[in-house]
Amino acid sequence: MGDIAIKVENLSKAYQLGDFGTGTLSRDIERKWALLRGKEDPFLKVGEVNDRSTAGTSDIVWSLKDINFEINKGDAVGVIGRNGAGKSTLLKVLSRVTVPTAGSVKIMGRVASLLEVGTGFHPELTGRENIFLNGAILGMRKHEIKKHFDAIVDFAGVERYIDTPVKRYSSGMYVRLAFAVAAHLESEILIVDEVLAVGDAEFQKKCLGKMGEVSKGEGRTVLFVSHNMAAISNLCSKSILLKHGQLQTMDYTHTVIDKYIRTGENNDGQVNFEDLIIKQKSTKAGFYALRLLSRAKGITADFAINEDIIVEIEYDVYEDGTTIQPSIHLLDNLDTCIFATFSAPSASSTVDPFYKKPLQKGRYKSTCVIPGNYLNDKNYKINAFLVPEDMANMAFAESVLAFTVIETGDMRKEYTGDWWGVVRPKLAWNTEAIKL
Amino acid sequence: MELNTPHEEWDLEIKPHDSVFNLHLKDVWNYRDLLWLLVRRDFVSFYKQTVLGPLWFFIQPIFTTIVFTFVFGGLAKIGTSHVPQPLFYMAGTIAWNYFADCLTKTSTVFKDNANIFGKVYFPRLIMPLSIVFSNLVKFGVQFGLFLIVFIYYLIQYHYFPESLKPGDKVEPNLLVLLFPILMILMAILGLGLGLIITALTTKYRDLAFVVTFGMQLLMYATPVIYPLSEASEKYRFIIKANPMTGLIETFRYGFTGGGKFYMDSFVYSVVASLVLFMIGLIIFNKVEKDFVDTV
Repeated sequence: MGDIAIKVENLSKAYQLGDFGTGTLSRDIERKWALLRGKEDPFLKVGEVNDRSTAGTSDIVWSLKDINFEINKGDAVGVIGRNGAGKSTLLKVLSRVTVPTAGSVKIMGRVASLLEVGTGFHPELTGRENIFLNGAILGMRKHEIKKHFDAIVDFAGVERYIDTPVKRYSSGMYVRLAFAVAAHLESEILIVDEVLAVGDAEFQKKCLGKMGEVSKGEGRTVLFVSHNMAAISNLCSKSILLKHGQLQTMDYTHTVIDKYIRTGENNDGQVNFEDLIIKQKSTKAGFYALRLLSRAKGITADFAINEDIIVEIEYDVYEDGTTIQPSIHLLDNLDTCIFATFSAPSASSTVDPFYKKPLQKGRYKSTCVIPGNYLNDKNYKINAFLVPEDMANMAFAESVLAFTVIETGDMRKEYTGDWWGVVRPKLAWNTEAIKL
Repeated sequence: MELNTPHEEWDLEIKPHDSVFNLHLKDVWNYRDLLWLLVRRDFVSFYKQTVLGPLWFFIQPIFTTIVFTFVFGGLAKIGTSHVPQPLFYMAGTIAWNYFADCLTKTSTVFKDNANIFGKVYFPRLIMPLSIVFSNLVKFGVQFGLFLIVFIYYLIQYHYFPESLKPGDKVEPNLLVLLFPILMILMAILGLGLGLIITALTTKYRDLAFVVTFGMQLLMYATPVIYPLSEASEKYRFIIKANPMTGLIETFRYGFTGGGKFYMDSFVYSVVASLVLFMIGLIIFNKVEKDFVDTV
């Protein structure tokens, strides 16, 4: 077994929620007083899990809770988890940007962290000056930067503009230069946050290659956060899965990714009528519950990219003889409507027997299937509608369901870069020679 | 050496609490290259955006001196303890500006650098230190200007005494040797106060407003535009309570021989500067650890 590079013991980090600009002084005094008497901080409640969907009882949230793991020298480890799982907090603590609330981290070797590309770049300074400044900010000595200077410039491909102020650089050049500096750090441990999301695909590939070289070739330890599962599975042999600030698993990367996709969250993916954000009510019908289901794991808000997404709408019909036309809109994060769909025979691939049928008073359930291999690995939202004959009298629930489509790597065997588009359908491709 | 035995010697241990007196000065030393690069950055970026460039370093003290000479010397007729007025005001204004810049710029260090501090670790003290050194460069340039004015009056005093106002004199003495120490004291006094203020403003923003106009008022409670001897006996203790008083008076006395050397004020300034500096370091060090969570 190799030596341990990073040892994390019972690491916890609490954040205070809400507005703490007012009343802080009196609270500070109260806290100091408690600590002075040797009591526990009255505003830290231990044992609360960071679950954003349920409101906690205190305004302290544990962004990390009792994390324990060890990383061996030379390992490349991925950190996986949904937004808010504590990935960034973990990296911040490890790179000493902030201190933990409890527990400790022991580190062997020099740490360089890249939580953002180009931190400290000054637009007025030239590329050359910025390489030195940025290198020094990241912890390099001047002679070390000098040693790697040519390699940095070469990697970034900005030789011609090295004495031009970086404010005249294109954003691509800027990012390339910034990454190049970080990639040439002489540190034993490299911590990288989702920084490759910027930059073009070719450069991303180059960066990933460089990071692979760093971990495999030079035997340096790499800790890597990304939403790009393909990149993680390419680069990292092992991974850590975080959920609500707690460590779920640390295992081989493919096992962890598998688990990440399988563990849906029971609450997310279902909204009952009492929690609905109703934009408009109808006198004819009302929502009872909305659900997202996966065939493999039931109610969930996380779908593998090749999985069908089943949308269920349960609703109550208030009057006999009403016809109800259920409909959904799929939106992306920016609230752009990607498509609208409803159950009319000419607009759906199946025949809905209840279409335009006068309904009895009671509860009904309509289902719509969004096929797998159709959406991209992004976050989506759903608007739901119940439309009676009189369209103005419809019920409308806005952004009721949110879900995430997760990259499995299945479509990533040839290309690992950024995948453009709000959808990612598998389409028929063929090439033939016309003239030779 | 056995590789298999678990080592208990770690390069770095990250813990929630640390001794208050562990100031990580070794870390600061390791990052000294960054310090110089930041000073260079400040200097270069200062004049890169201007037409007149480094000339601005001169314009400010020259015009301040002219205005002070006109308003306080000419109109208000405040005495200058027999030092030629331009020399008197220039000495006061460059020393005061050096102190004031050190203080005001370090007092916003956390706010100004919140972004970079939130993304990368380096000893936070590097930032305020770089501000002090940048200001030292600026002061150095302005001090050169002061020396020219000083030598001009020195020559006048020795060879053409009749061209000076009757009674005016320029008599440098041995206390001029204290000059480097005075510069260090002004720097650490400004730095110390700045560190305290920046540490407190991360939570209590009100202080930031106090600094802006507080510094203007404080200048009038410092013998910049008047010598300490001109202040009435009754209120002199207020001015003497200001640690800058002893430093500016000594600075001016050393070069010009105007007024006199107040030993008590000087000793008080030394002690106050050192104490405030230590307090500043300790508070800053305590706040820097998790200020990114509150800012």
